[in-house]
Amino acid sequence: MDELRNINITIDGIEISVPQGSTVLQACEAAGAEIPRFCYHEKLSVAGNCRMCLVEMERSPKPIASCAMPASDGMIIKTSSEMVEKARKGVMEFLLINHPLDCPICDQGGECDLQDQALYFGKGETRFENSKRAVSDKNMGPLIKTTMTRCIHCTRCVRFANEVAGVEDLGATGRGENVEISTYLEKAVTSELSGNLVDLCPVGALTSKPYQFVARPWELTKTESVDVMDAIGSNIRIDSRDGKVLRILPKNNESINEEWISDKSRYAIDGLSKQRLDTPFVKINNKLQRVSWDEAFEVINSKISKISNENCVGVVGNQVENEAIFAFRELFKKLNLNKILPFQKKLTFSKENRSNYLFNSKIEGLDKCDYLLLIGANPRVDSAILNARIRKNYIHRDLKISSISSQKFDLKFNHEYLGSDVKILTSILEKKHEISNDFEKANFPMIIIGDEVLQNDSSLDIQKVSTSILKKFGGFKKNWNGFNILHNYASTVGAIDILSEYSDYNHSAFKNDINKNLIKFVYLLNADDFDFDISNCFVIYQGHHGDKGAQLADVILPGAAYTEKEGSYTNLEGRVQYSQRATFPPGDAKEDWTILRALSEKLGKKLDFDNLLQLREIMFSSKTMLKFDENIYSSEPKIITKSDFKSSKLNYENKNFFMTCPISRCSSTMAECSQVNG
Amino acid sequence: MKKEQLKAENYKLCNIDQVKVDEILDKYPTTRKASAVIPLLHYVQKKSNGWLPVPEIERVAEILDMPYMKVYEVASFYTMFNLKPVGKKLLQLCHTTPCWLRGSDQIEKSIYDTLKIKDGETTPDDMFTLMKVECLGACVNAPILQINDDYYEDLDYKSTKELLNKIKTKKNIKPGSVIGRKSSEPYDKNGNVNVTK
Repeated sequence: MDELRNINITIDGIEISVPQGSTVLQACEAAGAEIPRFCYHEKLSVAGNCRMCLVEMERSPKPIASCAMPASDGMIIKTSSEMVEKARKGVMEFLLINHPLDCPICDQGGECDLQDQALYFGKGETRFENSKRAVSDKNMGPLIKTTMTRCIHCTRCVRFANEVAGVEDLGATGRGENVEISTYLEKAVTSELSGNLVDLCPVGALTSKPYQFVARPWELTKTESVDVMDAIGSNIRIDSRDGKVLRILPKNNESINEEWISDKSRYAIDGLSKQRLDTPFVKINNKLQRVSWDEAFEVINSKISKISNENCVGVVGNQVENEAIFAFRELFKKLNLNKILPFQKKLTFSKENRSNYLFNSKIEGLDKCDYLLLIGANPRVDSAILNARIRKNYIHRDLKISSISSQKFDLKFNHEYLGSDVKILTSILEKKHEISNDFEKANFPMIIIGDEVLQNDSSLDIQKVSTSILKKFGGFKKNWNGFNILHNYASTVGAIDILSEYSDYNHSAFKNDINKNLIKFVYLLNADDFDFDISNCFVIYQGHHGDKGAQLADVILPGAAYTEKEGSYTNLEGRVQYSQRATFPPGDAKEDWTILRALSEKLGKKLDFDNLLQLREIMFSSKTMLKFDENIYSSEPKIITKSDFKSSKLNYENKNFFMTCPISRCSSTMAECSQVNG
Repeated sequence: MKKEQLKAENYKLCNIDQVKVDEILDKYPTTRKASAVIPLLHYVQKKSNGWLPVPEIERVAEILDMPYMKVYEVASFYTMFNLKPVGKKLLQLCHTTPCWLRGSDQIEKSIYDTLKIKDGETTPDDMFTLMKVECLGACVNAPILQINDDYYEDLDYKSTKELLNKIKTKKNIKPGSVIGRKSSEPYDKNGNVNVTK
């Protein structure tokens, strides 16, 4: 891209320099002048219809809409002149003609743009004496509550749905006074990102249905944390009151989730207060009985003599923080056991090199990439935020996308579907396929490898060919690495990082052992999504929900959910992020690493740390790879495979976006969503 | 938007002429197909008894590769697209200032007295629908009543009644000025055209 020239513009007497292409509003912000606005949003196209951002421009007889006016050299702008103030008062008076004054019963109250701006920029009284217009409410599905009388037609929601989410169901019907925002034939919004409409709405027209009439914003304790519903690691803000998580909002992070989070991240939280394990349980006479921590540990201790490296397996779940995985590993180490499964499904990675299993281009790399090939990946289901990022580049930069997968997925952007047979990769490599041209033309080619490949028998071969293709077409160079694995779960990368050097135990070895009846003891660390039969084993389940793992357990050690503990999670890029505690775990439940620490003491194999800081110190000193490097590694993956690449069809696995973990499975909101979208 | 009103079960799409559709599409660049939305909606509306049921809107959207909602937005924005069924004869009565000054209220009354319909209503036999509209752009021959595609000008209470009765009894009617003006030449108090000073 050409270097953009800067232009000079004077705002309220301050001369500043802004990049060419900026709008007057952006220039004003750069100069520190606050411009009120409703329709303008950084991440959406400019509509210019609310008129709240009017400013005075020298030599212009009328005030100008700063959001829609490109800044040009020598402009002289005033943002607080008499003319501007009068214009704002006028606009505000018009907006309030039809907007009801129902703030006391409106969920937006306290965090409403219109409320705030009416206070600062409004006239304070109305001259309008007729009755206000009334608009019937619309059905927008189980997540969005509508009070359309409050709508000021900023069309942020329409633009978000069309531009970011890719659902073109939302629009403004009618004209003039009769304009109404509605979904097509009042169908529910079928998007994984629909919750963001609630954040975008500057008034109380679209509010959160599960959160309706629950709390006022000033009553909430706000905790900035990390989401664990997918491997992206979206930054979130947890709002809680009286020890209960009431809602989750996105926190801006341009490198990861921008301003959005998926509906699962946002709305699965009602699952946090259902089916929780709040006390240790032990199976006595085939029935789980409540016991104290000491008694539960005693039961495990009584079995310890029978445990050997051959017959005991540890399984790490999908949402476990690095600290617990590390403590888990250390406990196994002390007990001389080394069979730990880092994830529950059959996923085949090569772990020699860290870039073998990371999303190497980084999420931000998508903004640079100019050709994208998806192999066996359905990013819309696996990580909706990543999908929105791909779509953004498809919309704004005409990114060309092709896919090889079991079937053509509806990804909300156009892509070329190349079939379900990965044999095609060989012809791409040999430049016998037209796709080779796309690769050749691209400066920053990118391949994203998804679940369907990782579960395939020739997973490593496919990954190997992919790296060969990238190598041939310039996929590895300075500051660019086009090889990407799309992980599904928050703890997968962390678990591989921590466990790869310690244990090379894998899924198929475990299946073998089970079939040979070798396994007698299984320790499930938050693991609920396994597909193996462990009903004959002595099962210890440590986790927070009474899900599949707890049902099979002989001993249950109640742990903490992701909002209830401090921890670090490594996202698919290899980025380590820290979550904070917003509430305390229910009843006797404890943070996971403390359970492992206490258990180790009981078993007479005390772990070497007494608090989280010590744990982290040991963890980080022994594992350099837990540290995140902002720079893109150009080192190419080293994938070692013995077999030759052969034709292989990718298989479809039916996944329900809304129910992928114990928390979301317990959430009635998610149940409703999957019913509406299913 | 009312679901039950728009959702037509077992709706049979009207017949449209592909040649005519192509003719409309040819006027716009192939990369800007959506530009043809208004002419196409007009054409389809004409073919489907003067209104646009949901399946027809969706058909237009499919022809133009547009999202349904985008076409619906257009159809709902312009008053000349009818989203509700109309009678065979759509009476569009101008009531903007010039027509109003020249007695559009009397014509409205005449229509009510003859057909018993008010603004927006349809006769029980689905023959007539009355719609009050804004300026039809023929103020020199005010007041104006547009019946389907034709203008009827220089109307008053009596001539409107006669006009409607003629339509009712299926007699031929001639569009244009009912007092015989050819264009907008002057006429005297008695309605005699061609008065020369």
